[in-house]
Amino acid sequence: MALIHAWTWVFKHWFGIDLPYAWGWTLGQVTVLGILEFLMLLLVAAVILLDRKIWAAVQLRRGPNVVGPFGLLQTIADAFKFLLKEVVVPAGANKVIFFLAPLVTATLAFAGWAVVPLDNGWVAADINVGILYLFAVSSLGVYGIIMAGWASNSKYPFLSALRAAAQMVSYEVSIGFVIITVLLFAGSLNLSNIVRAQETSSVFAFAGWNMFSILFPMLPIFFVSALAETNRPPFDLVEAESELVAGFFVEYSATPFLLFFLGEYISVLLMCAMTSILFLGGWLPPLNVAPFTLIPGVIWLGLKMLFVFFLFAMVKAMVPRYRYDQLMRLGWKVFLPTSLLWVVVTAGYVLVFRHHA
Amino acid sequence: MISGALLQAIAFYAFSAILIGSAFAVITARNPVHSVFFLILAFFNAAGLFVLLGAEFLAMILVIVYVGAVAVLFLFVVMMLDVDFAELKRGAQEYFLVGAGVGVVLLGELIAATYLWKFSPAASATLGAPTPTHISNTEAIGRILYTDYVYYFQIAGLVLLVAMIGAIVLTLRRRPGVRRQNIGQQNARTMADAMTVVDVKPGQGA
Repeated sequence: MALIHAWTWVFKHWFGIDLPYAWGWTLGQVTVLGILEFLMLLLVAAVILLDRKIWAAVQLRRGPNVVGPFGLLQTIADAFKFLLKEVVVPAGANKVIFFLAPLVTATLAFAGWAVVPLDNGWVAADINVGILYLFAVSSLGVYGIIMAGWASNSKYPFLSALRAAAQMVSYEVSIGFVIITVLLFAGSLNLSNIVRAQETSSVFAFAGWNMFSILFPMLPIFFVSALAETNRPPFDLVEAESELVAGFFVEYSATPFLLFFLGEYISVLLMCAMTSILFLGGWLPPLNVAPFTLIPGVIWLGLKMLFVFFLFAMVKAMVPRYRYDQLMRLGWKVFLPTSLLWVVVTAGYVLVFRHHA
Repeated sequence: MISGALLQAIAFYAFSAILIGSAFAVITARNPVHSVFFLILAFFNAAGLFVLLGAEFLAMILVIVYVGAVAVLFLFVVMMLDVDFAELKRGAQEYFLVGAGVGVVLLGELIAATYLWKFSPAASATLGAPTPTHISNTEAIGRILYTDYVYYFQIAGLVLLVAMIGAIVLTLRRRPGVRRQNIGQQNARTMADAMTVVDVKPGQGA
């Protein structure tokens, strides 16, 4: 709101133009999203370092420790390395789609953040179907991989693209059903309202979170499906080094590769945010007493996201890669029936305990 | 001066133009993989038009179902097929007359439906408000779909179920002699099943 007024004021006093509301709104949204995406870039740089540090700690190594104090600037050095390298395009590649693929990956990963509520009311686009939007954006992520794999015109990337298509479509199904259970329980598709539905007035605020409700079995299913959806280990068959060299980005170098890397970590963070919002109460504090309630909600959301990301990193460090048939079995024979059953259970629970008609 | 309505009009014409352009490109593109990508672009712009209409739920469902799942499978199949493009073109010319005939009939029917169709007064009275203001879009669809049209909804579900079972029955084949992993069996293995201790006397081992 304030931004709309600010832009209107700037145009009126600097350029002498009366800015219509719609244009003020558009400029305001662009400003908000610009700030948000810039913060996301900084966060991603920090999180990549965190990932490598955790991975190193599990293996009793030091991890990156040369660039900057404690290696804090390692990611930034890496980013500049990618930006300054030469872009190599294979002779047989389909040029347009080859360059479109990393753009699609990075754009979609950023786009999801538009609807994530960082705090009560802190959301760029507070749309009614926020959770469907997030689901749509995360399910479109597969296109970047398929396009890259096909356009590279090379064996390993192509095999990787086929794996990616099958894997991500399979795990989308269980993510979809988990989302349905949450929205049945919350009674809304709006992400802010889903968080507000987890609010309680008692001191033990965490008791109201979906994690501690009848939805508790859905949390591990969502977490594991999120690992598979973002191609994180142990489900990184798409880029399995031992089989496919590096999978879909074998042929990529320099900035296009950087975009893939960036897109991957931003969608991992998006999944962390989704887990926090759907199950861990989003911006809500864990206890409704003084020191906890004074901390702003955005910090609580950040801490929850970091916790989920820590789990992502630990899984990467500890769990061996799945075999392809095991991956499919888990998705279709274990997660799909369980989540489907839980849709029925949740619907029944809501009907019996909420609607006393 | 540029107003909000103009902004909306610009969005509408941009979405429509790209939609029609990419739909045309779907049938004219030489490479079938490009056709699928243009189809995806067309779906996206149709979703954009839905958003402009205030039907955000339909827009999201269109993206999730058609772009997120159906088009992925299209792409999967088209990429894997070893299509001989020259052969395909020759076949297309052979069937051009039949195809054009079907197209003309469809076009005629669409025109007839647009100009000759008359809404009953009761139906056109409800058309005025596609999105009721006091409830959300999703809720409005749910209220109609699960009350007035619940039988049609169930029947549509049944049709899809039959199609699904049919596809599974057609493609399922049991090959003899395939050794599959049975995780339950593996986990249920005990030391007694898995190994035997053979006490070999000194000097008697084979």
